[in-house]
Amino acid sequence: MSDKHPPKHAAEEGSSKAHRAAPAAEETAAVVSVDTAGGAMEPSAVPATAQSGQLPGGPDTLLRKIFTGSGMVSVLAVLLALIIGGLLIASTDKQVATTSTYIFARPTDFLAAVWNAVTRSYIALFQGSVFNPRGNSVAAQFAPFMETLTIATPLITAGLGVALAFRAGLFNIGAQGQIIVAGILAAWVGFALHLPLGLHLLLVLVAGVIGGAFWGGLVGLLKARTGAHEVILTIMFNYIALYFLRYLLNTPAFQRPGETNPISPILDPTAVYPQIFGTQYRLHLGFLLAIAATVLVWWLLNRSTVGFEFRAVGANPKAAQTAGINVSRSTILVMAIAGGLAGMSGVAQVAGTEKVLTDGVAATYGFDAITVALLGRSTPWGTFAAGLLFGAFRAGAVQMQIQTGTPIDIVLVVQSLIVLFIAAPPLVRAVFGLNPRRKKPARAAKFRQAATTGGAA
Amino acid sequence: MSTKLSSPRPGNPQPGDTSNGTGTNVVSAKPVTWRTPVLLTVFGLIALVFFGLLAPHQTASFGISTGEDFFQLPALAVNAFAGGIVLSVLLLGLAAYALFLKTKDRPAPGWLTVTFIVLFVAAFLIWVVGGARTPSISLAGLIAGSVTLAVPLVFGSLSGVLCERVGVVNIAIEGQLLGGAFTAAIVASMTQNPFIGLLAAAVAGAVVSMVLAVFSIKYLVNQIIVGVVLNVLVSGVTGFLFSTVMQEDSDQFNSPPGLDIIEIPVLSSIPIIGPILFRQSLVGYLMYIAVLVVWVGLFKTRWGLRVRAVGEHPQAADTLGINVNATRFWNVTLGGAVAGIGGSFFTLVAIDSFTKEISGGRGFIALAALIFGRWNPIGAFFAALLFGFADNLQSIVTIIGTPVPSQFMAMLPYLVTVLAVAGLVGKSRGPAASGIPYVKG
Repeated sequence: MSDKHPPKHAAEEGSSKAHRAAPAAEETAAVVSVDTAGGAMEPSAVPATAQSGQLPGGPDTLLRKIFTGSGMVSVLAVLLALIIGGLLIASTDKQVATTSTYIFARPTDFLAAVWNAVTRSYIALFQGSVFNPRGNSVAAQFAPFMETLTIATPLITAGLGVALAFRAGLFNIGAQGQIIVAGILAAWVGFALHLPLGLHLLLVLVAGVIGGAFWGGLVGLLKARTGAHEVILTIMFNYIALYFLRYLLNTPAFQRPGETNPISPILDPTAVYPQIFGTQYRLHLGFLLAIAATVLVWWLLNRSTVGFEFRAVGANPKAAQTAGINVSRSTILVMAIAGGLAGMSGVAQVAGTEKVLTDGVAATYGFDAITVALLGRSTPWGTFAAGLLFGAFRAGAVQMQIQTGTPIDIVLVVQSLIVLFIAAPPLVRAVFGLNPRRKKPARAAKFRQAATTGGAA
Repeated sequence: MSTKLSSPRPGNPQPGDTSNGTGTNVVSAKPVTWRTPVLLTVFGLIALVFFGLLAPHQTASFGISTGEDFFQLPALAVNAFAGGIVLSVLLLGLAAYALFLKTKDRPAPGWLTVTFIVLFVAAFLIWVVGGARTPSISLAGLIAGSVTLAVPLVFGSLSGVLCERVGVVNIAIEGQLLGGAFTAAIVASMTQNPFIGLLAAAVAGAVVSMVLAVFSIKYLVNQIIVGVVLNVLVSGVTGFLFSTVMQEDSDQFNSPPGLDIIEIPVLSSIPIIGPILFRQSLVGYLMYIAVLVVWVGLFKTRWGLRVRAVGEHPQAADTLGINVNATRFWNVTLGGAVAGIGGSFFTLVAIDSFTKEISGGRGFIALAALIFGRWNPIGAFFAALLFGFADNLQSIVTIIGTPVPSQFMAMLPYLVTVLAVAGLVGKSRGPAASGIPYVKG
């Protein structure tokens, strides 16, 4: 009779252990979010893996790999991407092709040709984006840099929107559609209403932000109410917005009178952003607003209660729910704010750079914003810097194509490679031989252990 | 939650329902919601008002036979008003039945939703054609054209099925299609052999997929990130090579010999069915074969069981001795090859040269078809057909001149997908472990 107890006790102990193990996982997530919120300015290792609550590897290990790899890895990733891009340029260069026919006779010719092809393109890229020494005046020499800032403006704000959603555990692929809807509303206010200076521009901005926030918030609402996956929703909403825009541009309300092409009237002069450094550059007020938005997002994420809730939801939605955070409300709100930020890009396009609404209003800014946010590791200032870098690529690529004939598409290749490499630091370290040595024996031991347990572990 | 299983409601589908292959829609022990019946009612009312009461009193005629058929059927002529009323009453009847089932706490059965969609599309079609300037279209041509347009979508969504069933989200379908299209064009041009081009397209799709697999499985990078970035990468590389290589010498690099339409004698002359099933290119026939093979493979073979186990519960699969990550790697690669073949359709069948972004976002529609088809090859096939139908209808209505702007027709697939994921066709649930990397131990 008496030996009935020990087994029962053991079973109880076992089950309670299991119970303890489960909350432990949530605890760590909570600790992470509290830790990052309190004082430590380090970016929280939150999201991107929206549904990462159940990641077997533990959310923070993977996310740390994505977003908090060392700065060194970022630099090396950019370098590696540029090298591969360079190889692609060289592989299609005519001089390289000719010299490769006698590569064994005179290998130096071949190497020189490769070097020439690559450096010529990249120097043109630099001159087109930062500083052009051949300019007639100082103003002309810095014109490329101003162009970089102009192109970076929509990238930064849309990138901030994507980054903010990442931090709350949401994958916002919908910046493209949010820019379009914002552009529609902002442009309409800009050319259909005629208001005094100042008020008009303010209304344009407000209309655009509301448009983007509505389109983003709608996704958040559907996600919160029905559980539909935001990646699918945002992709679909992008297309719906695009076709809606194309429809509008063929209606009398939006089409420029006397025009058969789908293009809107030009916005009123009272409705456009003033150019900051005079009319010689396209750079407009939108850039300063982008800086302000960056500060705002930084404050929101790191200093406000709402931002804390966003990050908590991103780190572990279930734990956040348990802690009393309204996850649905957070989802809707973060998507609306993200949409509003992307909406600023739409305003920058119609009221700043283009001054008119076409169906190419969003160009590829919405998709580039994703890579910008990923490169910036979803931190506000990281996104800002990444936006500048990609803006430089975009601006420089135009010059590069004119000067050397290297197609603009090379920028897409380099951009996507950068993001891929940054997301996989072990690969970059392996390429540059930086992997810590002790890692290998450890891994071998792990394999051995797996072998001995027969995969049952 | 296992606690709920202890008290199953009487009318709920039992796990045995999965035997028909649609393994994803086990809504075990979840309360029946009002969503589906209410949505059906709303759509029924929309149909009654717009397609019925507001329909034009014109006769819409649908040609059934083409000139090549061996017997001619008379064209189907329907009064748009009467047809709209009859169909919308039927739709409301179905909705009422769904409401009735809900009061008995039973979910609407699958056939009901499918019938509803078919009838709704028919009512819509009659309304669109009835309101046109020339109220006459060839139904045979419409359907045959839909199938043709659906070919890359079907391959793309099959790729998605293969990847997601094994637990890897494949956003890179677009990139795989584009890679396949490019490679098919360049290889077929250089070898002057479309079959080698087709093979090369499969290899290219597989290579794109391998990058996805390596980064998401070995380096544990978020699968959606890799997918999104891969689309950009493939678009960049193909665009770059198009500008530098293909445009320089398009005779040598961008004039692939096409795959001809193969007509099967006699059978291809059957009205309606003939052109769909027996008047296709090699890629078209491969599509039918691929759908069947993937379906049988996934649901009737040991391999398929393992694949689904890895996608639903990798830890359990691992415990039983299945190598989770290897299974994932090879399945994702296979998926890429399938999408690559779909990509070859653009350059070897539809158009005989490559241009930038030739896939034009169809990879994303394929993704939508996959979800709309509930991660099932057959379901994805019909969803892709529906999207191909919308695509084809869009170009036809522009020709016959209808009141519906073509942009709204183009918007339809995406709207339908939003409705689908938001719960019109019941809760669509993907494989449980989809998107989650597996780390042993």
